[in-house]
Amino acid sequence: MTTIADRPPAVHHGATRVDGPDKVAGRARYAAEHPMAELAYACPVTSTVARGEIVKIATDRATATPGVLAVLHWGDVPHASGHEDPELALFRSPMVSYRGQIVAAVVATTLEVAQEVAAQIEVEYRVEPHDVELRSEHPGLYTPAHVNPDFDTDSFVGDVEEGLARSAITVDVTYTTPAQHNHPMEPHACTAWWDGDHLTVVDSTQGPWRGRAGIAGALGLDPGQVRVIAQHVGGGFGSKGTTRAHSVVAALAARAVDRPVRCVLARRQMPAVVGHRTPSIQRVRLGADPDGRLLAISHDVVEQTSRIKEFAEQTAVATRHMYAAPNRRTTHRLVRLDVPTPAWMRAPGECPGMFALESAIDELATELGIDPVELRIRNEPTVDPESGLPFSSRNLVACLRDGAARFGWDGRDPTPRHERRGRWWVGTGVAASVYPARAAPSRARITIDDHRRYTVEIDAADIGTGARTALLIAAAEALAAPTTDIEVRIGDTNFGEAMIAGGSMGTASWTWAIVEAADALRARIAAHDGRVPPEGLSAEAHTGASIEQLPDAARFTFGAQFAEARVDVDTGEVRVPRLLGVFAAGRIVSPVTARSQLVGGMTMGLSMALCEESRLDPEFGDFTRRDLASYHVAVNPDVGEVEAYWLDEDEPELGPLGAKGVGEVGIVGTAAAIANAVHHATGIRVRDLPITVDRFLDAP
Amino acid sequence: MPRTDSVVRIEVNGADHEVTVDNRTTVLDLLREHLGLTGTKKGCDHGQCGACTVLVDGRRMNSCLLLAVSAGGAAIRTVEGLATGEELHPVQQAFVDCDALQCGYCTPGQICSAVAMLDEVSHAWPSAVTGAAPFTGPGDLDAAEVRERMNGNLCRCGAYVNIVDALLGIGLTMRGEP
Repeated sequence: MTTIADRPPAVHHGATRVDGPDKVAGRARYAAEHPMAELAYACPVTSTVARGEIVKIATDRATATPGVLAVLHWGDVPHASGHEDPELALFRSPMVSYRGQIVAAVVATTLEVAQEVAAQIEVEYRVEPHDVELRSEHPGLYTPAHVNPDFDTDSFVGDVEEGLARSAITVDVTYTTPAQHNHPMEPHACTAWWDGDHLTVVDSTQGPWRGRAGIAGALGLDPGQVRVIAQHVGGGFGSKGTTRAHSVVAALAARAVDRPVRCVLARRQMPAVVGHRTPSIQRVRLGADPDGRLLAISHDVVEQTSRIKEFAEQTAVATRHMYAAPNRRTTHRLVRLDVPTPAWMRAPGECPGMFALESAIDELATELGIDPVELRIRNEPTVDPESGLPFSSRNLVACLRDGAARFGWDGRDPTPRHERRGRWWVGTGVAASVYPARAAPSRARITIDDHRRYTVEIDAADIGTGARTALLIAAAEALAAPTTDIEVRIGDTNFGEAMIAGGSMGTASWTWAIVEAADALRARIAAHDGRVPPEGLSAEAHTGASIEQLPDAARFTFGAQFAEARVDVDTGEVRVPRLLGVFAAGRIVSPVTARSQLVGGMTMGLSMALCEESRLDPEFGDFTRRDLASYHVAVNPDVGEVEAYWLDEDEPELGPLGAKGVGEVGIVGTAAAIANAVHHATGIRVRDLPITVDRFLDAP
Repeated sequence: MPRTDSVVRIEVNGADHEVTVDNRTTVLDLLREHLGLTGTKKGCDHGQCGACTVLVDGRRMNSCLLLAVSAGGAAIRTVEGLATGEELHPVQQAFVDCDALQCGYCTPGQICSAVAMLDEVSHAWPSAVTGAAPFTGPGDLDAAEVRERMNGNLCRCGAYVNIVDALLGIGLTMRGEP
C-alpha cells in the first residue's frame, strides 16, 4: 500500500516528443505494419470513366490466377447493408459517379499477385457524358442547406450595396484556388480481421471512435461489434477524419476470404478516394472610408461537390468574424459535378477563404495608402461582428504588433516593385490567421496501481500532432505526478468515446477529459486517506455535461503571418526565404510539438501558395496530377526560415487548460501573406493560386 | 510453368538472409512483408517521395525502385540497423532533439538519407547548389546545402526547418565544433 504525497507540479516545458525515439528507430508501427499470420492483400480497382454504368466485370482470368482468393465487385455483392455515406457503399451499385471510384477489389495471398491482377481486371462501362468543370456561371449552381459542418450558408447584415456605394475606396476582385490533395505521407491503410461476427481493424484514422461508426454503418454492424485501433498514424490533414473506403474494402475482403486482409491505397488512387479540397471561385468586395474604416464586406463563394454526396466547404465563414463593418454579406453556392466528393483538408473553409479575404484587405490597403497592419488594427471589432457575441479572448491586434516588431516591419516602404537585389525583386507581406476554438465530448479513464503508477486511457489519435506528448504533460500536471510515473494509452475504441484529431479540437477535448478524470481520481485517493489499495483505484470522466455548459461566446485562435518573397526578374521564379507567424492560441500545453504544428501549418501554407495545384481533365474527367511527381508539394529547398511564436493568452472558458488548438491556424493566411509579398516585390497581384512562373509572363 | 520466384541472398543490418521471393518483389516489400522490418516506409511505391530510402552498400537508394532479385549479395542497412543497442545513431538522436519529425512516416527515409548524405559530405561531394568554389567537406555544409541534398525526401507535416537544424548540428559535430 502506498501513500500519495502531494507533489509540486512538474515542469515539462521543453519536453521532447514522447514517441520520437520509437519513430526515429523505426519501431513505431502504422496501420499496414501490424504483423498477422495468414495475411491476405486487397488491391482496389478504380473506374476509368467519370460517369456511367458497369456493364460487365471480367473476373474469370483473375480468379483462375494462382494466389487470388476473391474478386469483390457489384455483381458479386458479398454483404449488402444500408449506409448513409454513399462513398462507403462499395460494390452495391453498377453506377459510376466519378473517375477513380472503387469498382472492385482483388484479394490475393501476396501483394504482388493482388497488384498485378487488379491492374488487369477488365471493366466494361456504358459511358455517359460527364461534366467536371467548375464555373462561376454554371447553370447547376445551387444553395446548400448549410455549409460544413452546420454553419448558415449565407449571412446578410445591413446593406452591402449601399455600403459600397457610400465608400470612398472599393475593391471588387475575384480569387481562385485550385483543387488540392491532402496526401499524407502514409497512404490510407487498414488491416482487418474477424473473430466470429466481431471485426477488429488497425486503421490509419484520425479518430477510431468516429471511424468505428463509419465502418459499422458500411457493413451493417452494431458499432459494438467493431474495434478500431490506431497507434501511429502517418498524417491525415483531414483525409483520415472519417472512415474512407479502404477500411471497408479490408473488412469486406476479410469476411469474404475468412482471413486477415490488408488494404493500402496506392498513392495515385488517393486523390479520388480520400477526398480533396474543392477548387473555389471567390468574389470579394470591400468598401472603406478614406480613413480605412470598412463600410462593407462581401464574400461570395462558388465551389463543387459530387453527384453522390454533398460536401459544402465553409469558405466564407471566417469572413464573418474577422473585421468590423456595418454592411456584410457571405454566400456559398455549389455545383454538383461528376467528381469525387470533396472533403476536409487542413483548415477547410478558413484556409482558402482567408487567402481571398486577406489578399483583398491588402489590395484595399494599397488603394488607401494605409499600412496593411494598421488597416487591420483600425477594423478590429469589439464583439463578434455578425453574432454580436463577446469573444472569449481575441488577440489579433497583439499578434499583428508582436509579429511586426519581430519581423522588422516598421519603416517598410509600401511602394510595390521598389527593391531589387541582384536577380530578385524583393517584397514583404502580411496576413491574419484565424481558426475556431472548440471542444467535443470525450471520455478518459485513469488508473493508479499500488506502485503509484498511473495509466491514462483515452481514444485520442496522434497523427503527428504531438497528442501523446501533450496528453502526458496535461496528465502529469493534473495528477501532480512526474511524467515518468504515467503511461498514456491512446488510439483504441475500447477506451470509449473521444473527439477525433481534427478541427484543432484534440488537445482541448482530450485534456479536458483527462483533467476531469484526474480530479475524480485524486478525490477517490483522498477518500481512501491517500492510500492506494493493492487492486488499485480508477476513475473516469466524460466531458459531455461540462461542454454543454460552456457559455455562448465567439472562440477563435488568431494569428498574424509575415512573409518575405523574392521573384526572379527574368524567370518569375518565386522564393520565400522567410515566414514568421505569431499566434494567440490560449494555453500551449506542449511547446515543442505545438511549435512544430505551427511551423508545419505555415510550411503547408507555403506549399499551397507556390506548388499545389490539381486539375480535373475535362475530356477524361480525372485528376491529372495524382501522384507526388506531378502534384507538387513543397520540398526541403522550397522552404527557408520559418519562425512561429505565440503570445501568453488567458482563455478562461475552453476547458480547464484553456488550450485553443494549433493544428490548423498555421496554414490560414500563409498563402495571402506570400501573395501580398509577391505583389509588394513585383507590383503584380496574383489572384489565382498557386503563384507559378507563368503569372509573371506579361510583366514588363 | 516458368519459374516466377527466385532465391535471394541478402545481408540486412548485418544479418544474412536467404529468401525465396516473387520476382516482382521490391526490396521495400521484401523488408516490410517478408523480413518484418517495417521501419522502412512505403509512401508512393514509385520513387517519388523518399520514404523508403535505405542504404545499399552504403549508398542511399529508394528501395521501392529496387527489385529484390537484382539486389542479391547487397548489404542493406535500414533505420532499424542504425542504433547501437539502446543508443540511437547521432542522426536519430538529433531528430528527436530538434523535433525534426511529426507523423514520423517520412522519418526513417529522412534519417537513412541523411546518414548517407553526411557521408557524401565527408567525402566532399558537391551538390547542385555548390558554388564556383569547390565543396571541401563538412565545413562547407550550410543550410542551403542541407536543403538541396535532402530534397528527395518529402515531408508533408512540414518538419523541414527542424530537419535542417538537426543536420546542421551534426555537421558542426563532424567538423569538431560543439
